[in-house]
Amino acid sequence: MKAAVIVFPGSNCDRDMAVAFEQAGFETQMVWHKDTQLPEGLDMVGIPGGFSFGDYLRCGAIAANAPICQEVKAFADKGGHVLGVCNGFQVLAETGLLPGALLRNAGLKYICRTVGLKVEGESIYTKGYETGAEIALPIAHHDGNYHADDATLDMLEGDGRVAFRYTDNPNGASRDIAGILSENRRVLGMMPHPERASEAAHGNEDGARLFAHLTEMLAEA
Amino acid sequence: MKVRVHVMLKAGVLDPQGEAVRHALGALGFEGVSSVRQGKVIELELADGTSDETIGDMCERLLANTVIESYRIEHL
Repeated sequence: MKAAVIVFPGSNCDRDMAVAFEQAGFETQMVWHKDTQLPEGLDMVGIPGGFSFGDYLRCGAIAANAPICQEVKAFADKGGHVLGVCNGFQVLAETGLLPGALLRNAGLKYICRTVGLKVEGESIYTKGYETGAEIALPIAHHDGNYHADDATLDMLEGDGRVAFRYTDNPNGASRDIAGILSENRRVLGMMPHPERASEAAHGNEDGARLFAHLTEMLAEA
Repeated sequence: MKVRVHVMLKAGVLDPQGEAVRHALGALGFEGVSSVRQGKVIELELADGTSDETIGDMCERLLANTVIESYRIEHL
């Protein structure tokens, strides 16, 4: 199984994400944002957290228009799996691969702490958790306030595309949404950082279960 | 040619920054400020004859996120 992690100027969770993929059994390659092609035979693309392009204009907006993102879009359109965490979620929303947008936190503050999450929508990413399980993952963002119009929110909930919900909403996100899935459930965008809670030394391994089943699930798919 | 693009959050989209500014104005003693909305102004220098359609395309594809923002193009 092969994974690629996209690296933008300002990405700062790229190596953490690569380590999490490696631990889960992926052969992982870093891909620079100016590259115009993804490696051959990829099974998974990760878009990491950070502050791509300094969050200029809007978080993720410049990155979403980087050459490699056209390739990521094409990969997802062909049914590829894409995981976007934090800034990666913002990038996925800006590309249009996921609906909605991430606004400034309602309390205006950058929030860096561990939050409670409820696991919901079914996907290869949530397979390692019981549906309805409560887990804890770290968040670290200034713009994680998920926003979409009511029709979109109803659609996401109706189709079971809310992957994670905050148990105690830290940022004002609509309907406590922390992560959502694409229509085919292969693209996941989430504000919390599973890769920062994926080994004993992190003090929390709740994130490891997100990565742990990916290779076996992809092999079955 | 010069063009100024005004980008604003759409009505109904919560603007916590605008809200903070409103509170700060209240704290300074300015009364009757019932709402503050904060946006962006982007000035562009463009080749003469650039069409409104092209400028609109710039706004749609990059300058504004039309999920949450509206834009207005002003020729200078």
